[in-house]
Amino acid sequence: MSHDSTAVLSYLKEPKGLKSWLLTVDHKRIGIMYLTAIMFFFFVGGALAVVLRTELFRPERILMDADTYNQFFTLHGAIMIFLFIIPSIPAALGNFLLPLMIGAKDVAFPRLNLASWYVYVFGALFCLYSIVSGGVDTGWTFYAPYSTTTSTSVISMTLGVFILGFSSIFTGLNFIVTIHKLRMPGMTWFKMPLMVWGLYATAIIQVLATPVLAITLVLLIMERVLGIGIFDPAMGGDPVLFQHFFWFYSHPAVYIMILPGMGIISEVIATFSHRKIFGYRPIAYSSLGIAFVSFLVWGHHMFTSGQSEIAAMIFSFLTFFVGIPSGIKVFNWVATLYKGSVSLETPMIYALMFLFLFMIGGFTGIMLGALALDVHLHDTYFVVAHFHYVMMGGTVMAFLAGLHYWWPKMFGKMYSEAWAKIVAIIVFVGFNMTFFTQFILGAKGMPRRYYTYLDQYQPLHGFSSVGAWVLGLGFLIMAIYLIASFFNKRPVGANPWGGLTYEWETSSPPPQHNFLTDPVLAHGPYDYDKVSVVGEYYRSRGDKPTVAEKV
Amino acid sequence: MSSTHAGSHPKYLQHHFGTAVQQEESSKLGMWVFLLTEVLFFGGLFCAYAVFNAWYPETFVNAHKSLSWQLGAVNTIVLITSSVTIALAIRSMQLGRKKATFRLLLATVLLAAVFLVVKYFEYSHKIHLGQLPGNLYTYTGIEGTNPHIFFSVYFMLTGLHGVHVVAGIIAISWMMYRVSRDEFSAEYYTPIELTGLYWHLVDLVWIFLFPMLYLIG
Ligand code: HEM
Ligand SMILES: [Cu+2]
Repeated sequence: MSHDSTAVLSYLKEPKGLKSWLLTVDHKRIGIMYLTAIMFFFFVGGALAVVLRTELFRPERILMDADTYNQFFTLHGAIMIFLFIIPSIPAALGNFLLPLMIGAKDVAFPRLNLASWYVYVFGALFCLYSIVSGGVDTGWTFYAPYSTTTSTSVISMTLGVFILGFSSIFTGLNFIVTIHKLRMPGMTWFKMPLMVWGLYATAIIQVLATPVLAITLVLLIMERVLGIGIFDPAMGGDPVLFQHFFWFYSHPAVYIMILPGMGIISEVIATFSHRKIFGYRPIAYSSLGIAFVSFLVWGHHMFTSGQSEIAAMIFSFLTFFVGIPSGIKVFNWVATLYKGSVSLETPMIYALMFLFLFMIGGFTGIMLGALALDVHLHDTYFVVAHFHYVMMGGTVMAFLAGLHYWWPKMFGKMYSEAWAKIVAIIVFVGFNMTFFTQFILGAKGMPRRYYTYLDQYQPLHGFSSVGAWVLGLGFLIMAIYLIASFFNKRPVGANPWGGLTYEWETSSPPPQHNFLTDPVLAHGPYDYDKVSVVGEYYRSRGDKPTVAEKV
Repeated sequence: MSSTHAGSHPKYLQHHFGTAVQQEESSKLGMWVFLLTEVLFFGGLFCAYAVFNAWYPETFVNAHKSLSWQLGAVNTIVLITSSVTIALAIRSMQLGRKKATFRLLLATVLLAAVFLVVKYFEYSHKIHLGQLPGNLYTYTGIEGTNPHIFFSVYFMLTGLHGVHVVAGIIAISWMMYRVSRDEFSAEYYTPIELTGLYWHLVDLVWIFLFPMLYLIG
């Protein structure tokens, strides 16, 4: 590209000083600040997970007593959900990328964007405070009435989550307006990159679901402080109402986690197949479809809660509909791969891992959506395996695909491709060892959230724990090679992978205001049939993706 | 986004917007989305109201009689009037009449304060009688199962609404300050307009609360 002259200072370098970072309104810096924060919490949550699995290596006590175990899995769950995975793709990667991808100088409300980061940190402090003040043992779902009576620090934790909700709403609101109003001239809705569609659908859910969680948590806090009795059956209240409210948010929240991940997968698959994405419109619409259906199925978490049988049947029936838009996406990705000239760089490896793991996660989700099966599998390790396949096998893999894909754009540095591939394999093996085992455990009747178990489950539990250690090791090496990449002296160039979306048109890392000259829309995001691009990465390797020859 | 920012580049235009129109449209869309989240926020409580009203219908009918519909009605009128004054404030700014804008905003704030004063009397009466939420409920004169739930819902709904009134007072006062600093003109008055939208929502929520809590049965 014409304007990656070295004279231009990157957003990382200019302006200088800690204060310029802490008060920045630049979406790229805010994205990096979010990235740092969520990586920290991923590390904390991951460390807790490894401790949990170590405890479960054998049925008897190894590291902690039952109460501590309860607190650890609550903290692990709450940190992973509220502090890591929900902000991970939208707030960290999305913030960095959205304006670049639509050719804007910034998001619509830059100061609100900065505020959302501080709100996030503020909320996180409350959550951390509840850790040091004795922990929480309710599980991340804070189910009433137990959460209204336990003596652990439920108030500070839920207050923290309440505050985090605002950060999420701010981000969603900002993105909706940015996408509506700040696209570059000529970028119609159907010329937007699919990542942007994913972020858009996510933002809608963030805005529509989060307030309901917020009010639920307010009621819970009031219940503890004043004993208002709304959720307390002893006082004529209704604990199932809590569950309705909670899942009205938290089921859609699952899609806050997965939809932007699907956006990443669309980008990565198109770029590394060097082929026009198959079924652009169906992929775009299915994001909205998923967002819509996600609001209708919350009751599938409550099949065994005593809700009416009719309600359970309706929720079960509706749940199957989520399979349709998700299936549409998967088939379109596979169709893009088919006959594409696929190059297996690290981001692509993670994308393929996503496809594989997400299909298992999705399929077992349909199983759980079937009323009769769920009554058997509810609250067993089958559920634990299912949601880890979706959240970790799905979202985290997509996140890692995106992290590796845009790492050179964000920092202007390339990591060691060899190490990255080795780690991808370690992660894949460790992940399946850890969680596939749990499907079997669950089907055999091992209940979740238990600190100990019958001896007959030991071999499977033991194997799962070893898997967790492998996984942990993989992430440690990843941290090392990513940090090491900062010392890489070779510049990466504006467009290492040969992508056609607009973030690749500006230098890596981009200058302060994104583009030196206002970008002009010259082609659609996936017009590989019309435009030839050879990524710097391939150029430096001396070979070219076949598309260059075709044109 | 136009690439030439040449010529008209008013002070209030932020660097990442191409034109004032784009900026204005963005702010408005943002405000509407925000109001949507507010509606959903109250929506949870409205749901709770509907559930418990269905569970304990006689209690709700009996309990609502202890609220003074007269005071509720006064407050309804006060809020509707304040919606009119803020609408007029926006109109005045569109015509470039800064003084009038300032006075109308002041009137809105005063009306909001009247609302809170009335609420204060209502609350202190309830506290005095022990008609309080959940555990704190000590009153004995209401027939039906779980009368405290009605007051839990009442205090949560009106309390949350009250918090919004306070936020409105702060926002409108901030607008008054900005009017006095001459930040607005007939060309640029979006923040006042948005504050007005917010205030209408606060009003609207009350218009739902009044019949639900004071007039049922
Ligand atoms: C290093 C990989 C991970 C391991 C070894 C791991 C392990 C565990 C274990 C042992 C439990 C307790 C299960 C139970 O007793 O019910 C658990 C629960 C949970 N995990 Fe993970 N986990 C990992 C990664 C993640 C990630 C990436 C997420 C989400 C982003 C996540 C979200 C959850 C949630 C929501 C719970 C439920 C907590 C609760 O029951 O309250 N985990 N995990
Ligand atoms: Cu669900």
